[in-house]
Amino acid sequence: MIEIDEDLCKGCEICVAFCAKDVLEMSDKFNKKGVHPPLVVREEDCNLCGNCMLYCPDLAIVVAEEEESE
Amino acid sequence: MKLVHPLMKYVRPGAISTATCTGCGDGIIAQAVLRAIDELELNIDDFVFVSGIGCAGWIPSPFFNADTLHTTHGRPIAFATGVKLARPDREVVVISGDGDLAAIGGNHLIHAARRNIGMTVICANNGIYGMTGGQVAPTTPLGLKTTTTPYGNVERAFDLCALTDAAGASYVARWTTYHARGLTRSVKKALTKRGFSFIEVISQCPLQYGRRTGVGNAVAMMKGYKENSLSVKKAASLSEEELKNKIIVGELVDKDMPELTEQIEKLRRIHE
Ligand SMILES: Cc1ncc(C[n+]2csc(CCOP(=O)(O)OP(=O)(O)O)c2C)c(N)n1
Ligand code: SF4
Ligand code: SF4
Ligand code: SF4
Ligand SMILES: [Mg+2]
Repeated sequence: MIEIDEDLCKGCEICVAFCAKDVLEMSDKFNKKGVHPPLVVREEDCNLCGNCMLYCPDLAIVVAEEEESE
Repeated sequence: MKLVHPLMKYVRPGAISTATCTGCGDGIIAQAVLRAIDELELNIDDFVFVSGIGCAGWIPSPFFNADTLHTTHGRPIAFATGVKLARPDREVVVISGDGDLAAIGGNHLIHAARRNIGMTVICANNGIYGMTGGQVAPTTPLGLKTTTTPYGNVERAFDLCALTDAAGASYVARWTTYHARGLTRSVKKALTKRGFSFIEVISQCPLQYGRRTGVGNAVAMMKGYKENSLSVKKAASLSEEELKNKIIVGELVDKDMPELTEQIEKLRRIHE
């Protein structure tokens, strides 16, 4: 499961460029900072490698394993 | 369900939105340091983070919710030496820029390594003076056109790892921001080492380096690090010619030698 805190994002595109699974894409909406945050477009392809999270200079991405729902 | 970033607990609430430019490598370094502390399950309250002036000086201060000392340009290691001598129980970590640590502060760097004082120094090396407008630094690659070298830099760049090794550091490693995992591993190692540890992180300044020199944005710079770097092991079998313009990444020094504050404590006990 991936979550992006859109308002922390500065739109550098590092997460999009270094996702080997092409899960993310830049959106064309604007966040509070006036930049385009990425969107999770192919979550089913995500292998939870954590690269996008590790590389985001602004701690805007969290990747976590899905918790079992009760 | 709203996920919370596992490292957000170490970030000062008022400083969550960082001061750095889009794609600046400083944020990747900040995250690697916090992740190392988290993985080692250390208490951030046992740390003192010391930085100088320059963009990299903002990596721990005010971003880390811990004791931080944001000092004058070039002097973080001098301040950190005082902190460590007064409070040897504290984990002292200096995080600052290449200009700060290797130009104006170069002498403090070599002497801290020579003394083998128990601290970790992390140099965010973007090869330039980022904050002041992209002036040439002693770490700028030969030939690079910067604000102050419009016809190309004629000086050779310092090899900061060779410098600290020669001066006597216990642990020396080099990574780039592309190698965030290796960097985290080295920070963990450095934090558990008793003597002086130095980690150089080749880091992108997409604004003053990337844009002005035509190297490109953060993504282009990180792809460049990926393509131009090779491991210490691989580099060992290559000639100087083959290693030209390559970034050698990995652990370069890892040895155990008497640490300064422990030596002082021993003396104190003898003379008590
Ligand atoms: C004594 C003194 N001299 C010069 C300056 C101006 N100055 C501020 S930051 C800086 C260089 C910063 O370069 P670096 O340490 O590499 O940090 P970066 O911004 O690249 O992260 C300089 C020369 C200063 N603040 N104080
Ligand atoms: S965790 Fe890995 S695979 Fe999933 S989006 Fe991030 S970089 Fe892509
Ligand atoms: S790496 Fe972070 S700041 Fe950069 S585009 Fe992705 S979410 Fe935004
Ligand atoms: S000027 Fe360069 S080093 Fe400073 S914050 Fe911007 S990108 Fe980072
Ligand atoms: Mg610099």
